[in-house]
Amino acid sequence: MTRKSLFKHLPTTLFVASTSLAAVVHAAAPTELLAGYSGQAQAPSSATRGQQFFTGTHGGDWSCSSCHGAVPTGGGKHASTGKPITALAPAVNPERFTDPAKVEKWFRRNCKDVLTRECTAAEKADVLAWLLSLKP
Amino acid sequence: MPNISHPSSRPVVALLHLLGLLAGLGMGIAAWADGEQQTRQVPLLPAYQQECAACHMAYPPAYLPAESWRRLMHTLPTHFGSDASLDTATAAAVSDWLGSHAGTYKRVREAPPENRITRTRWFIKKHDEVPAATWARPAIKSAANCSACHPQAEKGDFNEHRIRIPR
Repeated sequence: MTRKSLFKHLPTTLFVASTSLAAVVHAAAPTELLAGYSGQAQAPSSATRGQQFFTGTHGGDWSCSSCHGAVPTGGGKHASTGKPITALAPAVNPERFTDPAKVEKWFRRNCKDVLTRECTAAEKADVLAWLLSLKP
Repeated sequence: MPNISHPSSRPVVALLHLLGLLAGLGMGIAAWADGEQQTRQVPLLPAYQQECAACHMAYPPAYLPAESWRRLMHTLPTHFGSDASLDTATAAAVSDWLGSHAGTYKRVREAPPENRITRTRWFIKKHDEVPAATWARPAIKSAANCSACHPQAEKGDFNEHRIRIPR
C-alpha cells in the first residue's frame, strides 16, 4: 500500500480495526453467559425451571411470554405497543445473548416489569438454559 | 416628479420581482411540507433508535415540547408502565438530542397531559373523525401505534394521502 493509498483508506482501516476490537471486548457466547450466571448463583441451572419462570406471571399482569411468546423460537410482540420483537432463542437468532451489557440491561428492565424486582442470577441462568435448549 | 428609472431596467426589475415572488412561494411550500409531512428532518440518533424504538415507534422529537421530553427522560424507570431505564451516559446523550430537536413541529404549544403526543390538542383535532371502535381494532390497538395507519411514520411521513386504516 502506497503512502497515498494508506491515507485514503485510513478512516476505513481505523473503523474496521475499532469495530473488530469492540467485537473482541464485548462479544460472548450465550453458553459463556450461562456459565457466568450459574457461577454467580453457585448452583446448576434448570431448563425446566426456566420455562416455568418464563411463562409464569408471578402475581402480576405480564409474564416474559406476554411479549416474547410462549415458545420464543418465533418473534414476539410488545404487549402494550404491539411493536414486533425478534426471536429470543439463540438457535433461531444468533445475535441474542452475545452482548453481556445488553443482556443485563434487558433483564433489569423486563424483570422489573414482570416481577417488580430484578431477577436473581439463578433465575437468569434457568431462563437462559431453557432458551438454549430450544431448537428451530 | 421625474421618472428616475431607466426604461431599459424595467424588465429586469419585473423579473426580479417575479423571482422574489416565486422564491417566497417556494419557501411557503417548503415550510408547509416541513410542517405537515416531513417533521423528521434530522436523522435519528442511533441511541434513540436502539433504546427507545426497541419497544415503540421512534416518535419524532418535533412532536413534544422540550419540557415534555425532559420529564419523560427523568421518569424512565416508570415509563408508561414499563421500566425503560438507561445508563447515565446514554440517557444524557438521548436527552441532549431530544432537547435540541424538541417542539420543532409548528403546532406544538404547551406540554400535553402525561407527556403524551396523543393528548396534544393538535393530535386530538387531527384525529377527531376516527371512531373509538377503529382505534380498538386489533391491528391498531392504540393511538400510540402511528405506523398502523401511517405506513411511512417511521420515516417521519404522516401525509394524510398515504393513510391506510387497517380493517
